[in-house]
Amino acid sequence: MTSSTSDPQQTIILRPSRGWSALNLRDLWAYRELIYFLTWRDIIVRYKQTVLGAAWAVINPLINMVVLQVVFGNFAGMEAEGGVPGPLFRFASVLPWGLFAGALNAAGRSMLSNRSILTKVYFPRLVIPIASVFSGLVDFFIGLLVLIGMMFFWHQPLSWNILALPLVVLFALVTALGTGLWFSALNVLYRDVGYVLPVLTQLLLFISPVGYSTSQVALKWQWLYALNPIVGVIESFRWALLGTTPTPGLPLWQIVSISAAVAVFLLITGLFYFRRMERSFADMV
Amino acid sequence: MLAIRATHLGKQYRIGAAPQRYNTLRDSLGGMLKAPIRRIRQGFMPAADDAQNIIWALQDVSFDVEQGQVLGIIGRNGAGKSTLLKILSRVTEPSAGEVQIRGRVGSLLEVGTGFHPELTGRENIYLNGAILGMQRVEIERKFDEIVDFSGVEKFIDTPVKRYSSGMYLRLAFAVAAHLEPEILVVDEVLAVGDAEFQRKCLGKMSDVAQEGRTVLFVSHNMSAILRLTDEAIVLDRGRLAMRAPTAEAVDYYMASGFNKTGERLWTPDEIPASAQPFRPLALRVRDTRNTVVDTIRSVEAFTIEIEYELDAPIQGLRVGLYLMSMRGEHVFTSFDTDDPAKFEQLTLREPGRYRSICTIPADLLNEGRYALGINASAYRVKRFFQDENALVFTVDDTGAPGKHWPEQRMGLVRPRLDWEIEHEQKIP
Repeated sequence: MTSSTSDPQQTIILRPSRGWSALNLRDLWAYRELIYFLTWRDIIVRYKQTVLGAAWAVINPLINMVVLQVVFGNFAGMEAEGGVPGPLFRFASVLPWGLFAGALNAAGRSMLSNRSILTKVYFPRLVIPIASVFSGLVDFFIGLLVLIGMMFFWHQPLSWNILALPLVVLFALVTALGTGLWFSALNVLYRDVGYVLPVLTQLLLFISPVGYSTSQVALKWQWLYALNPIVGVIESFRWALLGTTPTPGLPLWQIVSISAAVAVFLLITGLFYFRRMERSFADMV
Repeated sequence: MLAIRATHLGKQYRIGAAPQRYNTLRDSLGGMLKAPIRRIRQGFMPAADDAQNIIWALQDVSFDVEQGQVLGIIGRNGAGKSTLLKILSRVTEPSAGEVQIRGRVGSLLEVGTGFHPELTGRENIYLNGAILGMQRVEIERKFDEIVDFSGVEKFIDTPVKRYSSGMYLRLAFAVAAHLEPEILVVDEVLAVGDAEFQRKCLGKMSDVAQEGRTVLFVSHNMSAILRLTDEAIVLDRGRLAMRAPTAEAVDYYMASGFNKTGERLWTPDEIPASAQPFRPLALRVRDTRNTVVDTIRSVEAFTIEIEYELDAPIQGLRVGLYLMSMRGEHVFTSFDTDDPAKFEQLTLREPGRYRSICTIPADLLNEGRYALGINASAYRVKRFFQDENALVFTVDDTGAPGKHWPEQRMGLVRPRLDWEIEHEQKIP
């Protein structure tokens, strides 16, 4: 679909499109406020009519942390790296994981849950998965404050590595958006995706270093392991806050490069695939 | 200056065993396996199955709209009106042809799009405004005006799920009405809400038109179309049947496309999915000898029969008629359960085939042509089906009161009334 910014006097031409379309990020930029409002709606609505409200943003990762600590730390006896206390190490893994998994699931369902506006009003369809990915950020930052509190409790010093945190968050968002775009577009075409997503998330949890460290993977297979982009996200997040790197393991920059390359690849292909499919969304959703 | 120029616009949908709607991966994988075989077969029998599975909801439609013009779009259910509006408002893209649009398009395809029940009125104004394409500063500037127009000031910080349906509609319309697009596309907003709300909507729409903005207005309400638009296009089965000054277009629409048999049958593609589980089958006009006729005599009673099927039980269903003049003025509206006793007795209609038959007494209508519409709804719950223009029939007034004067009588009804003529003898 040929389109333009919302400049009132500009002529737009609507005609059938074939094949791949341009990303048209200018149009997306013109609708940035809608991304903000949809994100804001998702956040408000999530905790309306709950007793504990935003406390859930803390309770969920804490429960995950306890489970992972018991299973991997106490039963399997996997030690945390660099002398970091196990619960702290695992909480620092659960946070970026939660951001990713939440964003993936929200984005995957987003086109269907916003069906009523998709079939009534025009706006760049990309707004919807993007907003659903952003809506997990608030929970993530609340969790981050708790994590920093826990670090004080365990006398774990913060290092200058933390300056890289914004980049790490961006990395997590790119990974979540890339996968989320694929699944949101596929979910419109194939409702099977709705069933696949929870199972896939569960599976990913075990092939990602959430409960354990990448160092548990044989050194010669670590490059393969790092093809899972969340590996790079979690390892770089732990490095930024706790200063840990997988030992024995590939140098962190190698793991992150492999993961980041995959994440960027997923994002770019996801964007183009989404744009290609979006013209039929209103007819099929 | 032109606001819209559509050239050879077309939109096709794939139908068939509903593969379009809920695709599953399995179907698609199966299709992928079969596709090569089918393609080979098609080499011998070209495009055999394709033409059957494709319907053109809109085909070869070309028209221009001048800036500042108010254009009406009329047509029966399934004629392609909604599809046209969806293309113009960029919700879906055309399959053929092109449209050039100058200016921002605002659509009122449904008021309250994107309203979230958990959010308060205030929050929904911002959200809905943003969804409709307003900038945040624009919404802030108009906020008080919107609240004022809606008349729900007192509840502005209450979640809209606690609103009555009237309040909800007023707030939703207030937001939409304050959108200031160069082109406003309106579809049947008037079908909802009470009379006062409808008046407000119409008022706002004529304001918009007077400000020199372009309005495209779709409605089944012919009197609203006549009042608000100067020119109209008539769509018939996806094609542009005519474009003319509104009065002429309405006449054409009301009179044409109806077979002169006194019977209207519905084919499955004319029934929207939202009608489920109600399925209209036929509407017939019968004379005193029970034959289906196009022309009835005003001096004889006649019956109107609605035949329909229910695929599932419906609670509180009422099936009824609108009788309208060719100008779209309502003569009356009547439902099969208008009698409270009958309604009590039939609160739940079981699945199956039904006929609701209404007897129209003799000496009621004046001569002329009349349109019949049908409506199946559960009051305040759901409107299952509505076709305001299902059938046209003629009334012949031979033998009607006053016929010995061969003049035309004004008025839609021509009742046989009792007159007494009193005379006082003047005493000299």
